[in-house]
Amino acid sequence: MYMKSDSGNNFNKPAGIDTVLDNNVPEKYLRLSGLEPLIITPESNFINVGERTNVAGSKKFLRLIKERKFEEALSVARHQVEGGAQVIDINMDDGLIDGKEAMVTFLNLVIAEPDIARVPIMIDSSKWEIIEAGLQVVQGKCVVNSISLKEGEAAFIHQAKLIKRYGAAVIIMAFDEVGQADNYERRCEIAKRSYSLLVDQVNFPPEDIIFDLNIFPVATGMVEHRKNAIDFIEATRWVKQNLPHCSVSGGVSNVSFSFRGNNTVREAMHSVFLYHAIQAGMNIGIVNPALLGVYDDLPEDLLHYVEDVILVRRADATERLLDFAETVVGKTKENVVDLSWRNEPLQSRITRALVKGIDKYIIEDIEEARTNASQTIDVIEGNLMTGMNVVGDLFGNGKMFLPQVVKSARVMKKAVAYLEPFIEQEKEEKNKRANSHTTPDLEENNAPSVLMATVKGDVHDIGKNIVSVVLACNNYKIIDLGVMVPPDKIIAEAKKHKVDIIGLSGLITPSLDEMVFLAKEMERQNFQVPLMIGGATTSKAHTAVKIDPQYQHAVVHVNDASRAVTIAGNLLQKDKKTAFKDDLKKEYELFRDQFLGRQRIKEYLAIGEARKNKFKIDWNTTEITKPNVLGIQTIHNFDIAILRDYIDWSPFFRSWDLHGKFPEILDDEVVGPQAKELFEDAKVLLNKIISEKLLSAKAVFGLFEANTINEDDIEITTEQKETNLHLEAEQNQNIVFRTLRQQSKKAVGRPNLALADFIAPKNSGIQDYMGCFCVSTGFGTKELADKYEAENDDYNSIMVKALADRLAEAFAEYLHKQVRTKHWGYAVNEALSNDDLIKERYKGIRPAPGYPACPDHLEKETIWRLLQVEEQIGVSLTSGLAMWPAASVSGYYFGNQKARYFGLGKIKGDQVKDFASRKNISEEKALKWLAPNIAD
Amino acid sequence: MKNTKTLKEALQNKILILDGAMGTMLQRYNFSEEDFRSTRFADFHTSVKGNNDLLSITQPEAIAEVHAKYFEAGADIVETNTFSGTTIAMADYDMEALVYEINFESAKIAREVADKFTALQPEKPRFVAGAMGPTNKTASMSPDVNDPGFRAVSFEELRLAYKQQAEALLDGGVDVLLVETVFDTLNAKAALFAIEEIKEERKIDVPIMISGTITDASGRTLSGQTAEAFLISISHIPLLSVGFNCALGAKQLTPHLEVISQKSTAAISAHPNAGLPNAFGEYDQSPEQMAEQIEAYLDKKLINIIGGCCGTTPAHIKAIAAVAKGYDPRPF
Repeated sequence: MYMKSDSGNNFNKPAGIDTVLDNNVPEKYLRLSGLEPLIITPESNFINVGERTNVAGSKKFLRLIKERKFEEALSVARHQVEGGAQVIDINMDDGLIDGKEAMVTFLNLVIAEPDIARVPIMIDSSKWEIIEAGLQVVQGKCVVNSISLKEGEAAFIHQAKLIKRYGAAVIIMAFDEVGQADNYERRCEIAKRSYSLLVDQVNFPPEDIIFDLNIFPVATGMVEHRKNAIDFIEATRWVKQNLPHCSVSGGVSNVSFSFRGNNTVREAMHSVFLYHAIQAGMNIGIVNPALLGVYDDLPEDLLHYVEDVILVRRADATERLLDFAETVVGKTKENVVDLSWRNEPLQSRITRALVKGIDKYIIEDIEEARTNASQTIDVIEGNLMTGMNVVGDLFGNGKMFLPQVVKSARVMKKAVAYLEPFIEQEKEEKNKRANSHTTPDLEENNAPSVLMATVKGDVHDIGKNIVSVVLACNNYKIIDLGVMVPPDKIIAEAKKHKVDIIGLSGLITPSLDEMVFLAKEMERQNFQVPLMIGGATTSKAHTAVKIDPQYQHAVVHVNDASRAVTIAGNLLQKDKKTAFKDDLKKEYELFRDQFLGRQRIKEYLAIGEARKNKFKIDWNTTEITKPNVLGIQTIHNFDIAILRDYIDWSPFFRSWDLHGKFPEILDDEVVGPQAKELFEDAKVLLNKIISEKLLSAKAVFGLFEANTINEDDIEITTEQKETNLHLEAEQNQNIVFRTLRQQSKKAVGRPNLALADFIAPKNSGIQDYMGCFCVSTGFGTKELADKYEAENDDYNSIMVKALADRLAEAFAEYLHKQVRTKHWGYAVNEALSNDDLIKERYKGIRPAPGYPACPDHLEKETIWRLLQVEEQIGVSLTSGLAMWPAASVSGYYFGNQKARYFGLGKIKGDQVKDFASRKNISEEKALKWLAPNIAD
Repeated sequence: MKNTKTLKEALQNKILILDGAMGTMLQRYNFSEEDFRSTRFADFHTSVKGNNDLLSITQPEAIAEVHAKYFEAGADIVETNTFSGTTIAMADYDMEALVYEINFESAKIAREVADKFTALQPEKPRFVAGAMGPTNKTASMSPDVNDPGFRAVSFEELRLAYKQQAEALLDGGVDVLLVETVFDTLNAKAALFAIEEIKEERKIDVPIMISGTITDASGRTLSGQTAEAFLISISHIPLLSVGFNCALGAKQLTPHLEVISQKSTAAISAHPNAGLPNAFGEYDQSPEQMAEQIEAYLDKKLINIIGGCCGTTPAHIKAIAAVAKGYDPRPF
């Protein structure tokens, strides 16, 4: 340890950072960083390194990298971090991969994902050039895994010097010129020699040294392996005692290698090994949490046998463990419903029913509680709330997931529904007894109330319902006004119920303006209640810039359901709420200033300039296929069973706050069990929907002659030769799609795209084609959801809506395929799996108005006019241009092979003006509808 | 290096005053395209107006005058006029070939002015910090939202560019290198790497100051790091000081300075902007207002080196120096 020298001159110390204790003695801790710091102190818990982003350790990751599916590979990293990994190990050492290129490419992508890049990175390779390439692209302080004395001192010192200069910590393998250390003495000897070279010759900070002392398998049957575990543990102890400030790490699963296939024994071996190694000083490691038991929970006999092996307590330890292992093979896999909990005391039964979401016995248990209680309300405020508090705590600590909480709420609601008549009865009796006395209504719940509404013009309510359920679970009274709620109704109901919070939700962009309007209205009417904003289209930026300034009281953006409870609590808690509100206001003001400040920096082209930089297709050589069938077609009573195979399940899980790709999510270490259960429940309901024909699917679509005119417009020619000429002329007149063009200044060689670029211009003399469509699987959704709600089953009510949404998307996918291969027929020989479809590997695109390529919802009206959507299949447009029923999808078809999805980004006033005049609408109207896309 | 010992002693004894903005001062000269070009670049093929670093060659008297004004205002350290003096940033003007000369001349001008003031007032030695800006490219962020894995500049390119700049600054006579306005820590790490190479090759010790930039209320650098993560990421090199500058005003910087002040054993520096820009992008915080906010740092003993960034003038530095006089430096 270095002390502050008397002269005060301490500039040449190896690092400028340390925790300075009161007595001015700085502590040497291993400090790492991603976007956030990670400081490892003697008090830190064991640091778990995520190991799935390693081609040597994960077959799936290897496959993804080989196939260059980096996007998907990123989700592996994300899962690791979400699952609690504090460092992620990245390894690209494989004969068939260009390791250096893969490492750099993947790291660059990781760095662009703040939710992953917040943790430090362990750059793992046996090749120095890969390590160095990795060190050159990561800003944070990494760990190099690893270097050793294998190639001699010169190489070791050279590499250590560079690692220090790049600013990383390092793992030193217990390996030297002779070979790998495989006993206690060799481990200590190599560690000591490496340490001296590093600290004395390279001036490497000792706290940045991590030793990997080689964890090898035990109980292999070979005598020389007998002491593998205990030698590691004892060497760890020696290193920690003799080589100050360093850390010890290792890959734990190696130790149980000989018991592959017997997870019961492996889990036990890992926990026993870790228990002793951690006590000896091991503080970092690679452990698969799915293969780790809890030391204290191990059965006594198993613990005993395993400990004998790890600590080498008996000569015949291995044989005894092998014999014992036979008896536990597969034992844990048996799936018998365990009903022993039914014998537990009443409160634990009720709590368990709520936590596990089991409604089978709840009425029975509640009735027992009611007969014991002096008044019925005590059962709700006592027994049920006790259970729900456990649910709230588990959810808050990330130990329960959203679908489970919604199931808990279902049990709660059932119980309350059963109790309500008794409460009413008691009330009446009491009133009778009190007679003329006007006693305050004791049963009036003092719980804070939250008004929830999906704003005018919008029909999407899955997120809103989830937030409502979660808040209800936490003892909030929810006044849910449903969907498409006009502002005056929100205001009136809020006044009537004297609500404590107003929550607004919306999924489509026009809803944003509704929220702004409501905030203004609340201000005008002197409201003081906090306003919570949520839903897929909302953002902190929009809330801060557009909503917050309109209302002088609290406005807060809630980005996911799990945050709602904390935020609501802070908004209402007596002693905190003013400070919280003030902080919010300040935070949003600063955010707004900075956001607006940043905006100015972006460069835009005038629309004329942007058009000059359009995407150019060589119309003389590009392949244009005339559709087999021109004109409009409709489909009624479509068999939903066909759609089952076209469902993209990943968004379904996302709507329940379970993040990950399907089907991998089912085996995810953290959310896997929940995802599986949710998936099973979804399949049950889906089967019911299909077999009982509870939802009906309809579609209308058309393919037309089309050409681009005036740069950004697409003119549709409807050939209806059999209708009379007047009608034809009338219909032909106005069918022109107006597309919007990207205006931000692009890098050289990148075009400013508009959808019109994908259609041949009229003056080329080449006839081109396009299509549009609307599909819906929403008919019947509301009835079914209402029915579940009436049964106090929010879980299935939300499920119906989430499934209907998925079916609508699946229908759109299915129909697009039919169009490509049959009706239009430009891709007759296409052979794509559902996974390929989800990844949009098909030729041609089907962008939807309101989505990134064409965020303008107004064009839906044109589609409706062209296809007569409402008349043909009954899907209507709300005032906000949302489709009703909600589970509907509409869009265009573009068939050119160069056509691709893109995001419009922000546009400027000149294009808005131009758009308004092209569309022959007022500039004010154009401004209103394009607002979210206009650069400030 | 020659003045290292004096500099370190001074830092133990008092709060050192850094200068204010160079750009703000140069604006007052209203230099025209012709002024920027002077005779030497009269026929240069592209516009050079706005290339402030070039003025060290074409208008050296103005640069010397600004340095002198800051020294008169009480600055102990001035920064060389080399914020964009790398081949990477100079590419905007096709002036990569002038990088060595710009840095060398800039250092020389500042050195001469500093030595003049030291000679007049030996008890207050003046120092020159070689300013190394962030360049106009980022090594850990993509400029293209559609291609997050893309990088416009590599570590290696940055290392070479910074190495050339640092060598020229040292040859021109600076006392310390200031890697500043770090919005991407990886850029700064390339600069530090280059400086370490020079130290090894020339067998000299070069005091290094580093100053990051917290871009907004998120409390993070542009590349996403928290103040503490930034500190950890650059602490593998012996540092004279670490701190923050630009983007925020003095008041907004306080919490971030508190973080590093607690966790670093190096000296702590700050050169905030004159408040936050108003709606027209101008800085209108008065010298008195700024000095008052900075007094809060001094009260909390957060600071060893204090100066100003965008929008600050000799009047600001004078006000800050007057306030700092009454306080002891942060002990470290």
